[in-house]
Amino acid sequence: MNLEELKKIREKAQKDVELRQKQARIRIVVGMGTSGIAAGARDVLKTFVEEVGKRNLTDVIVTQTGEKGLASQEPMVEVFEEDKPVVVYGNMDPEKAKRVVVEHVVNGQPVSEFAI
Amino acid sequence: MMEDLSLHIMDIVTNSVRAGAKHILIAIEKDEKRSMMRLEVSDDGHGMDAETAMKVQDPFFSTKKGRKVGLGVPLLKGTAETTGGSFTLDSTKGRGTSIVATFDSQHPDLPPLGNIRDTFFVLVVGHPEIDFDLRYRVDGKDFSLDTAEWRKELDGIPLNHPEVIGFLSKYLDEHL
Repeated sequence: MNLEELKKIREKAQKDVELRQKQARIRIVVGMGTSGIAAGARDVLKTFVEEVGKRNLTDVIVTQTGEKGLASQEPMVEVFEEDKPVVVYGNMDPEKAKRVVVEHVVNGQPVSEFAI
Repeated sequence: MMEDLSLHIMDIVTNSVRAGAKHILIAIEKDEKRSMMRLEVSDDGHGMDAETAMKVQDPFFSTKKGRKVGLGVPLLKGTAETTGGSFTLDSTKGRGTSIVATFDSQHPDLPPLGNIRDTFFVLVVGHPEIDFDLRYRVDGKDFSLDTAEWRKELDGIPLNHPEVIGFLSKYLDEHL
């Protein structure tokens, strides 16, 4: 594992980067305020990031934001998708995050039981 | 409220991000001889005037419009001071903020370090536009990662590209 490998990644990834920069198809935003972090938001964020990496979802961006103002439902996650209403998920954990990736992000079906 | 130091760091760094920082240093060092743990988070964000810098350390300060800096600062300060350590926050408006917390590494109430690897991982991938200078020197481990160097190698490929995410994950597993 060394930095030489970054060069290989650069060559490999060059193609889909332009596409991705133009417009990500889906944006996953994890609330990372103090209460979110205390409730486990870091592990939720990590799960989303790892799934996107593993599944090579080059048109999906995972990012984070501050307090969501609904501390009782932390960790909270918003999924923004082109031309669709935003879906807000509450009380998330890594297992739920995996389901959101499979069902919502990959297959286009929001997981209504986690939505708030 | 925060189970371990890695979550404290996560929270403190989120303040730096919100302050518009482009460069963030996170250093965790343990000095075995002096039984001291030292944590530093320094950023080049927009900083605070002296009054605000005092207020953010007070857990009871808040404005109804919402405090811009969360409870992370008073929580970390509390942890440092109740475990025989110290806490300093230096901030200059327009220049940035530097937080240094020390802990007595032998103190029974010192929270565990927690998962520093995951904190570094999600910070870098969650903020691909920020340069992170990460240093970890604890129990014989000597790790450092400067994402500005990675950015140079990657030449336009963002740090949150799936290929880079996979690489970073393995890199941290191997080196940290």
